[in-house]
Amino acid sequence: MTFRNYSILAGVVFFGACGDVLLSRGMKSVGEISFSNFHQLFTALLTPWVAAGVCLLILFFVSYLTALSWADLTYVLPATAIGYVFMALLARFFLHETVSPTRWLGIGLITAGVGFVAGGPALTPPREQRTTEAVPREVER
Amino acid sequence: MKAVYTWGAILAIVIASTAGDILMSYAMKQIGDLGELREQRGILHVAGRVLGNGAFLCGLCFMACAFFSLLFALSWADVSLVGPASASLTFISNAIAARIFLHEHVDRRRWTAALLVAGGVALLAV
Repeated sequence: MTFRNYSILAGVVFFGACGDVLLSRGMKSVGEISFSNFHQLFTALLTPWVAAGVCLLILFFVSYLTALSWADLTYVLPATAIGYVFMALLARFFLHETVSPTRWLGIGLITAGVGFVAGGPALTPPREQRTTEAVPREVER
Repeated sequence: MKAVYTWGAILAIVIASTAGDILMSYAMKQIGDLGELREQRGILHVAGRVLGNGAFLCGLCFMACAFFSLLFALSWADVSLVGPASASLTFISNAIAARIFLHEHVDRRRWTAALLVAGGVALLAV
């Protein structure tokens, strides 16, 4: 893992969390949408908060695709999960939502999970390669 | 009715994001390291390779479905419920789907990480 790789993972975390919080802020001003006024979802895209959220989510998407081009999906998803912690903090301080002790416990578990996967390899060899690597060991025995 | 709309939308997010993530990951592995490709062939070549990939376009459609389901859910519930609840379920479904469809080696470390994160994210929803 190089500095560039860590920067891309940081981009996934930052843009994803900020994008979701801006979308939430925008959708709160739009109000509740039911199936009968479903078309309001499309007009919601034109509101400033939602539009800003979409812009950040495009940057998230580019970072995410880049990460997936050199790492396994089962590595990228837990490694970038710290974004949910970031999102909870933004929701607490920016949207003034309540963060209960249970949520703080959840934040602790996520941090532990991220630490767990981040220490392992980003990309595992494909199944065929793993099989051929396993054969010599079998022969050695 | 509010709970039905919210959890129905969360279920739609989980299914659509898992399908989208699997297809995106498959497409990116076919194309190769985007950073290296950009340095060698330029950004336009990278954009062409990505946008011309069938699995990517299919994944993009699923991602769009997940996005509109997210907007729908956010109009009914807090981001601190919708985000964590959909994500915790998506972590588990993605680990299973990546093992089946992408043949990724999901070892004990990755299962533990996925379960810890899913559990933590679920607690955020409480």
